[in-house]
Amino acid sequence: MIVDKIHTENMFLYYSTKMALNNISIKIPEKKVTAFIGPSGCGKSTFLRSLNRMNDLIDGVKIEGKVMIDTINIYDKNIDVVNLRKKVGMVFQKSNPFAKSIFENIAYGPRINGINDKNQLDEIVETALKNAAIWDEVKDRLGDSALGLSGGQQQRLCIARTLAVNPEIVLMDEPASALDPLSTSKIEELIVQLKEQYTIVIVTHNMQQAARISDHTAFFYLGELIEYDKTRTIFTNPNKKQTEDYITGRFG
Amino acid sequence: MTKKNKKSGSSGASAEEHRSDLIDITQKRFRIGDYLAEKIIKGVAFLSITIIILIFIFVFREAFPIFNTSNEVKQPGVEQPKQAAQETYGAVTDSDPKPETQETYGAVTDSANKPETQETYGDVTDKPVVPEKEGLKNAKLESASKTGKSSYTVSAGSGTDDNQSAVKTLLTKDWVPVSEKPRYGILSLIVGTFKITLISMLFAAPLAILAALYTSVFANKRMKEIIKPTIELLAGFPSVVIGFFALMVLATFLQTIFHYDTRLNSFVGGIAMGIAAIPIIFTITEDSLTAVPKSYYEASLALGASKWQTAFFVILPAATPGIFAAILLGIGRVFGETMIALMATGNAALMDLNPFESVRTLAATIGAEMAEVVFGDTHYNVLFLIGSLLFVFTFCINAIAEFYVKGILMKRIQGK
Repeated sequence: MIVDKIHTENMFLYYSTKMALNNISIKIPEKKVTAFIGPSGCGKSTFLRSLNRMNDLIDGVKIEGKVMIDTINIYDKNIDVVNLRKKVGMVFQKSNPFAKSIFENIAYGPRINGINDKNQLDEIVETALKNAAIWDEVKDRLGDSALGLSGGQQQRLCIARTLAVNPEIVLMDEPASALDPLSTSKIEELIVQLKEQYTIVIVTHNMQQAARISDHTAFFYLGELIEYDKTRTIFTNPNKKQTEDYITGRFG
Repeated sequence: MTKKNKKSGSSGASAEEHRSDLIDITQKRFRIGDYLAEKIIKGVAFLSITIIILIFIFVFREAFPIFNTSNEVKQPGVEQPKQAAQETYGAVTDSDPKPETQETYGAVTDSANKPETQETYGDVTDKPVVPEKEGLKNAKLESASKTGKSSYTVSAGSGTDDNQSAVKTLLTKDWVPVSEKPRYGILSLIVGTFKITLISMLFAAPLAILAALYTSVFANKRMKEIIKPTIELLAGFPSVVIGFFALMVLATFLQTIFHYDTRLNSFVGGIAMGIAAIPIIFTITEDSLTAVPKSYYEASLALGASKWQTAFFVILPAATPGIFAAILLGIGRVFGETMIALMATGNAALMDLNPFESVRTLAATIGAEMAEVVFGDTHYNVLFLIGSLLFVFTFCINAIAEFYVKGILMKRIQGK
């Protein structure tokens, strides 16, 4: 049976007075890949960022409605945001490794969670790097600066860094948009592998990518959720005219 | 339709017209404005570099005679007035002239006692008590009048004996330049300078860096707009005001807390200089912290780090080169700071690692004594030697920093 990991109900989001998300109600299943597609500025990234409250960093953001993760409203007053973000990890569009060594980049998450045992850290780092399919490329230079890696490697390192904290949900904001096709295909393979352990929500501009890797697809347009269904349905037999227009490339 | 046609017709015509004066790229044009601007900028840049080098050469040249220990043939006529000047100097500080002193002094500096010398000595000491400043002025005038125009060459040619003994005393800890037997031990000054620099950095660096961290990471926009300009305003504060504040307020205040004996000491001076250095360290640290990409901050928070963990373990390390540079600039400021050192440190050349003892810094020594020194005298040369030492120290600090930041820090952080 499919469990809904994330569940929003009548959610509205405002940047001061401007409405950015209009009445979003969606149920995202556990251990599946869910893709958000839509033209630029349609609110899909905003929605993604509100799932681990990264929007709190922006001044003047106001959210109404319910955003439930495991039946808990994450916008409740007494929610611990720090722990929420441990549970809901995020990979950003631009790879952003810290100015530290490869090892330290991965070990940072476990360290701030109080793991300081060297052997344990070694193990976590190795597992995370293996899960992110980058272990073979970096295992001989874990002490080197992460900024010396190529763009694709950096992005996989960032994924490994997120996995090292052992989240339940991984949010990905266009993780492959700045990468070459080869690196992109590696990341896509990785995402498909990762869904066995994690619930993955991915924002993408690349519709083929959404079609290739996702189980469910949501189409956003102008802050509204136009259509949400199985990926196959969205791409072969969409219900709404707007969705069809978008995926066939008539606008957007 | 007609409108459209018209438009296209006219545009076509204009395109044809334009074709006659297409941009010509086959002929190289001489652009006088560009040429002049380039040359002027180049000239100004070279001029400024040359001026710095010239200052450097000048300071070194003035300091050089100390090391000039070659056995040149001395001209007695030139040597004499120099000696006279020195003795007057000694006599003024020593208010109670005894015959024995006179003799020993003569014996030490010159084996052959010359009558002229003794006369001058007697002359000055016969007078009632002369205020020190006036006496010094007299001595200066006297020496100037006797040596005439060529006072510089005098010192260069004659001072070999004096210089040799001066050089010998250089690496001792006694700084007694105005005495019968002047000793120019600059070790205590060097130690004092480094001690006070250390104290001020221990005080200023953590404060400034933490303040910058707060302003850059934690403070909201409005707070930031208040804090930053306020602290930066302090950078333009005249150091004489800070020195005055330290002298009158800070010294007493700290003494009531720590109960030390000497009111003005390296601790008070160090803190006062730290106050002067804080804005510099703060501004540059704040800039380098703000320059850390926001993505680091987001990435760290998305990993479940709290704000202070992010600030300390991600943002601060990423800004290390900038913070390093900031501290070095602060050190540079403290190192060369003269006014505060003069006013708040007590100015006693003691070689002691106790922070609650008075110190005398290199810069303060120049500031205090340069105006009253005999031109061309060994003391004068030693002061310039101190000046060049300041130069060399600053240069070394910067060179090490450059090497460290570029060679090690950047490599470690950016992997290049």
